[in-house]
Formats: sequence, C-alpha cells, structure tokens
Amino acid sequence: MTTIEAAAGRDDPHHLGHDWESPYIQHTLGHAERGLASKRIITAFGFWIFLVSDIIMFSALFATYAVLVGNTAGGPSGRELFNLRNAGLETAFLLVSSFTCGIASIGARAHSGSWFYGAMAATFVFGAAFLSIEVREFASMVAQGAGPTRSAFLSAFFTLVGCHGLHITAGLLWLLTMMAQVFAKGYRPDILRRMLCFSLFWHALDIIWVAIFTVVYLMGLAQ
Amino acid sequence: MLGKLSWAAIPLDQPIPLIASGMVGLVIIGVLAWVTLKGWFPYLWREWITSVDHKRIGIMYILLAMVMLLRGFSDAIMMRSQQALAFQSPGYLPPEHYNQIFTAHGTLMIFFVAMPFVIGLMNFVVPLQLGVRDVAFPTLNSVGFWLTATGALLVNISLVVGEFSRAGWLPYPPYSELIYSPGVGVDYYLWSIEISGAGTLLAAINLVTTVLKLHAPGMTYTRMPMFCWTTLATSLLIVAAFPILTATLAMLVLDRYLGFHFFTNEAGGNQMMFVNLIWAFGHPEVYILVLPAFGVFSEVVSTFSGKPLFGYRSMVAATMAICILSYTVWLHHFFTMGAGANVNAIFGIASMIIAVPTGVKIFNWLFTMYGGRVVYSTPLLWSLGFMVTFVIGGMTGVLLAVPPADFVLHESLFQVAHFHNVIIGGVLFGAFAGYTYWFPKAFGFRLHEGLGKASFWCWITGFYFAFMPLYVLGLMGMTRRMQHYDVAAWHPWLLIAAGGAALILLGIGLQIAQLAVSIRRREQLRDETGDPWNGRSLEWATPSPPPDFNFAVLPNIQAAEAYWGMKQHVLKQARLDAEPAYADIEMPRNSPTGFVCAFFATIMGFALIWHIWWMVGLAALGAYATFVVFAWRDVDEYIVPAEAVARIDRANRGARSEALARRQAAP
Repeated sequence: MTTIEAAAGRDDPHHLGHDWESPYIQHTLGHAERGLASKRIITAFGFWIFLVSDIIMFSALFATYAVLVGNTAGGPSGRELFNLRNAGLETAFLLVSSFTCGIASIGARAHSGSWFYGAMAATFVFGAAFLSIEVREFASMVAQGAGPTRSAFLSAFFTLVGCHGLHITAGLLWLLTMMAQVFAKGYRPDILRRMLCFSLFWHALDIIWVAIFTVVYLMGLAQ
Repeated sequence: MLGKLSWAAIPLDQPIPLIASGMVGLVIIGVLAWVTLKGWFPYLWREWITSVDHKRIGIMYILLAMVMLLRGFSDAIMMRSQQALAFQSPGYLPPEHYNQIFTAHGTLMIFFVAMPFVIGLMNFVVPLQLGVRDVAFPTLNSVGFWLTATGALLVNISLVVGEFSRAGWLPYPPYSELIYSPGVGVDYYLWSIEISGAGTLLAAINLVTTVLKLHAPGMTYTRMPMFCWTTLATSLLIVAAFPILTATLAMLVLDRYLGFHFFTNEAGGNQMMFVNLIWAFGHPEVYILVLPAFGVFSEVVSTFSGKPLFGYRSMVAATMAICILSYTVWLHHFFTMGAGANVNAIFGIASMIIAVPTGVKIFNWLFTMYGGRVVYSTPLLWSLGFMVTFVIGGMTGVLLAVPPADFVLHESLFQVAHFHNVIIGGVLFGAFAGYTYWFPKAFGFRLHEGLGKASFWCWITGFYFAFMPLYVLGLMGMTRRMQHYDVAAWHPWLLIAAGGAALILLGIGLQIAQLAVSIRRREQLRDETGDPWNGRSLEWATPSPPPDFNFAVLPNIQAAEAYWGMKQHVLKQARLDAEPAYADIEMPRNSPTGFVCAFFATIMGFALIWHIWWMVGLAALGAYATFVVFAWRDVDEYIVPAEAVARIDRANRGARSEALARRQAAP
C-alpha cells in the first residue's frame, strides 16, 4: 500500500479525496483547474451542437432519398432530369460564397468596414445566384410534369434539395440582418460572436451541398 | 378567409369533449379571474413568464408536466372504464372518440408529461450541481420552455376546436395520410409535436453546452454527480434523435399538405420508411426519458443510504453505453415488417445487450444501499418501487426482444403492459422521486412525508393491479386499442385493471392533498439550512430556495461529492470556513422573447392546422421581428451588488452555524 492509499484509507474510506489535508487530495488537485469557459467558446460550442442536429435532420432526408431514389413510378429518373452544368455552377457559386464569408469574418474581426460589408455583399450575391439557379431548375422540372407529386423519388428529391435551399434562404435573411446589425451596433463582442455563428452556419450549408452534389447529382447521372 | 375553420369545428353534438372542455375553460377563467383580483399579473410577468432563471424555468416545466398528467390520466381512466364496460356492449365512448383518446393519452404522456418533467428536473438541478450560476443560454432556455407549452396548448385546443388525431401516438401511414384521415386531427398532432420538438431540441443544446462547458473550478467530468452525467447522455440523445422526428413528421406534413408521396400507397411511396425513421427517433426517446430518472435514483439512493454511489465509473460507462446502444435496436419495434431472420436476430441480440448496462445500474444501486444506513423516506420508496418494477418490465422487454415471441405478442396488450411497466415504473417513479427530493430546494420547505408515502403505496399497488392483468390479456390474445370485445374470459381481467386505475387515481388525489397540506404547514416543514437530507452534491450547499445567482462565491471543487467533502471538513474543524470576499455578480436580464415567440408559434401552428395562410405569414413575420428585437438589445445583464450577495449569504451561514452548534451540543 502506498502512502497515498494509506492516507486515503483512514479518513476517506470511499476514495473520494475528501481528507482536505491528506497527500491524496494534493495528488488529485493537478488536473482540476478548469472553470467556466469563455462566452465565445460557449456560444460557438452551442452553435456547433445545433449544427450537428441540423446535419442529422439532413441525414434523415438523405436516407429517405436513398431508399426512394428508384421509386420513379413510371416517371422520369434523375438521369433524365439533372443537368450537371447547372449543378456544377451552383456548387461553384456556393463554394465561392463560403470563401467570401470567410473574408467577411476576418474583416469583422479586424473591424474593417470595407472588407466586412464588401465580402458580405459578395456572399449575398453568390448565395442569391445559387438560389436563383435552383429555383429555375425546380420550375423547369415542374413545368415538364416532373414536380414533387409525380413520384416518391421526386418527392424525396424536392424535399432534400429544397430543404437545403430553404436553409440558404434563411441564411441570406440572417446575412442581411447581420449586416444591418453591424451597421447599427458596430463590432461589439456579442455581435462578433453572432457573426462567428453565421459563418459556421454558412460553411455547414456548403458541406451539406457537397453531399447533395455527390449523392443526388453525380450518382444520379452516373446511374 | 379562415381556411377550413368554421362553426362546424366545435363538437356541439358530442357531450363528453364539450363538458370536459367546458370544465377546463371554467378552471382557466377561474384562475385568470383570481390572478386578476389579487393583482398578481405584474408579479407573474416579471418573476415567472419573462424569467430566464434556470430554476424558475425548471419549475414551470414541471408544473406543465403535472397539469398535463391530470389530462393524460383522465384519458387513461376513460379507456380503462370503457374497456371494463365494453364486453358485448358498445360502452360509452364511440369508436372515433375512443381512438382520439388513446392517441391523446400517448401523445400527452410522452411529449407533455414525461419530457417536460425530466427536462424540468435537469434544468433546475444541473447548474446547481455543477456549481454555476445559470445554464449556457438562459434566454434560449426560456424559448424552449414556451415552445413546449405551445405544443401542449395546441393539443388541448383540439379538444374544443376540431378533433385530435386517431392514428396513435406515432401516426403510422397510410392511415395518417390525407385519404384515410382527412380531418385536422393528424395536423394538430403534427404541428404540436413539430413545435414542441423544436423547443426540446433547444433545451437539449443548452444542457449539452452547460454540462460540457460550464463548471465551477475543479469540477472535472469524473467529479460530476451522476445526475449531470445522465443529463449529458439524455441531451446528446435528444440532439441526435429529435431532428429525425422533425424530418419524419415534416415528410408526413408534405404528404398531407402538398400531395407528396413519401408514405402513400401510390406513386412509389413506402410506408415502412416512416416506421423505420420514427423508431430511429422513438427508441432513443425511451432512453431520453429513462436516463434522467436513473440519475435521480442514483442521487436519492446514495443520499438516503449515507454512502457514495457504488461503482461511479461503471455507472458512467453504463450510461454512455446505453446512449450509444439505444441507436442500434430500433427495428425491434417491428420485427413483423419482414426484414428476414438474420436482420431480426441482429436487432434481437442488440436489444438483449442493452439490458446489460441497465443491469449494471441496478446492481450499483443495490450495492450502494448494502451496508448503508438507509432512511426509508418517500424519495427512497419511489426508488425501491422503481427497482422492483423496472426489473420486471425489463425482463418482459427481453422476452419481447426474442423475434419469435414478438411475432406472437406484437401489438397485443402484453406490449402495452411492458412499456407502461418501464415508463411508469422507471420514468414516472423517477420523476416523483426527484420531485419529492428537490422540492425543499425549490421552495424552502419539505413535502409531507405521510401523505407522500400513502400516495406511493396507492400508486405502486394500483400500478400492479392495472397492468399485470394486461400481460395476461396479451397472452390470451387481446390486441391493443380495442373499443369493444366479445370474449368473456377477458372481462374479469379488464375489471381488475380498471380497479387498479382507480387506485392510481387515489394516489394522484393523495399527491394533490400532499401539496396542499405541505403548503399550509410550510412553517413546520421549513428547510432552514438548505441541506434537509444530509446531501452530498453541491445543490445542498445553497440556501433553500437558492438566490437568483445560486452561489455567492463559485465553489472550488477538490474532490468527488464536493459538498459532502466540504461538510466533513466543516464538521472536523467544528466551525464554518472564514467568510469569503463577496463581489458584484452579473446575471442575465429577464426577457419576454420566449413568451412572445411562443405566442407567434401558437398562432402559426393553429393557422397551419386550419390552412389560414395569411395568418401563417403574419405569425412568421412576428416571430422574425421578435428575434430581431431580441438581437438588438444593448444591455443583457444586471448587477447584483456585493452587499446584497453578502446579506443573502450571511443569512444562510447563520442558519448553518446554528445547525452546526446544535449538532455539537447533541450528545
């Protein structure tokens, strides 16, 4: 029996480290220094957890799409409907918008108005361009009689891709609100934390889009 | 203008819902009139409705759960009495009404009783146990609560305006699709659960962040009380399971509102996709409910045995193992799908494996009691009742996990008996144990012991009389959800079950009496020191009820069971430690955001149910405006001055010094 165990055994039968003066308590003190995390860490961590939940929601939609992709009920399949040029263009716009969003974050952190507003405006333009291509794609599919009510495959397609599109729309609304807020309030710490969350959100939508591009468009056209 | 809504939506021809809703309406009007007469509105608004204090929000969650328990239980009484009467007779509930009752019963009990009860306990207790002053996101916490309340409100509005779903607590298509359920019942279900589910998700995000990122200095993971661990596991499960529910119900919404074909019979829809997805949520959900109860039992058993929890690390490991394994068993809810023998075998074995960590926990509680000085208080009685009852429920669960047995017992009353056995015996007993255990912390006085024990004995005997007959009936071949039947052999068992429900009713009556008597005798039952049970974790280091800021000075944690160690230290030196240096404390300001947001969510949900599209748009705009107003705030904290902190803490130190002196003076 070591000295530590012997000391703990006498006054602290359950080895909880309760004997204040014992060498055992001194022994356990080493790794116990963490207290409250900073507000920035707490906010960003909480938002990450939210993003995890959002990605899990998308995974349910992906799973459904994968199960229903063959159920075309005599209607058109992805191979007949998808246009790789459009999807590629959408991908490019979204990836560039993620890059400009990164620039905007740096601009906000540097308190540089021109970089922040300029890059946020660019992010908005690319995001809106992405959205307009998607809306046009949806409209042309509906016009061909390949709307979401045509088959289970198309229901799953419109829901998965449309849900991402709704997230982009919400993101654009958030982006404008964010710009207005920086304009009204300046680069306060709480505003910068919010900006951090916005950029996390925007990049996460990129990740989901990459999965959509692969699973829906590339795999759909390869069939 | 008003979508599908018209005067025909009010069920003037059905006396039962009309009388029930009339009574509820009278109670609401009565309460509102009383509050107005007493002039309590400003107080309620300031101190409760707009509160972002985790303790107040926790208490409101539990209050919501208790009120909904009464509603859910009256549904239960109606079902039991209907089945007792409906032998070769139509009984008194017509089929379309009976179907709404069993649907409402399941929906309310799971989503609006069990969920808010456990979330309320976690909200109230966890920051106190971690030694911190609030949760990570206080206003978000308030939004989460009020969205849950919105869901509960919508379910109850369906009693008066329109109808509720008849499709069971998980609305399986194709029956829940528009062609078979054209009314608004399923829509009421869908939007209440979507909205309250969003609230639950927010609560869980908040709790995960709180447990992982907010600690008093020195509160390492392995020093956290067991309840914090089970909170973490439950919140992680919510974060990973509720989005699946949201997505699945959204697909059903699209099927019903826009003619999509996810789960329809035509155009390639696949209804088993719904069943798989909903149980990928639904099975973790049962662990979401029961893990916090396990946490409560861990605290209660250890406190009332006067011993640390036996096998703390194995308990942590078992909790986290359950957290992961709960995602690997969902298919056992529908072995009859026809997935094939191999798939069924895998899920059957996985379901049996999950019984192992649960068994570990039972042994840990038993060994915690072994050799301890056990005090048979009301919370401990609930814990003992749980251990016996839950083991029986667990064993019938393992039996159901055997696919061939499941083929015989699927959708029979045996299954109904099984899940009531684990949910009442596990979750509800845990909730009641926690309610009795932490009540003095919340309100500063204990609950009456005698009435608590009487209520416990009514509940547990009532439970056995109400549900053991259902096992027998299941083996005799009676399926669930029957409105009437002609088999004479079933009738006596259903009469016994109805008697059991009456005993449970008596138990509930005694609980109400316990609360009333305890409030009247609060001076005798007062908890002066803040440590009425000789507790072991940090919540007992605060006064009862704790001040807004919980801790005058953040405790410095040096060991597991932090408060027990502090207490032994104080006893050893026979005086309190020197008074700490008090400083100003920053606390989050109250905010009406949660309440206003829920107001718009209620309008939006109602408008969606009745297809009143302009109102949906207006409510969405209102919700967005609420968030913008909240985001535009400039001051989000207020200062509690050091003198006020000192005054509150000195009062408690005085009470504790007196208690210490009394203890020293005692022989």
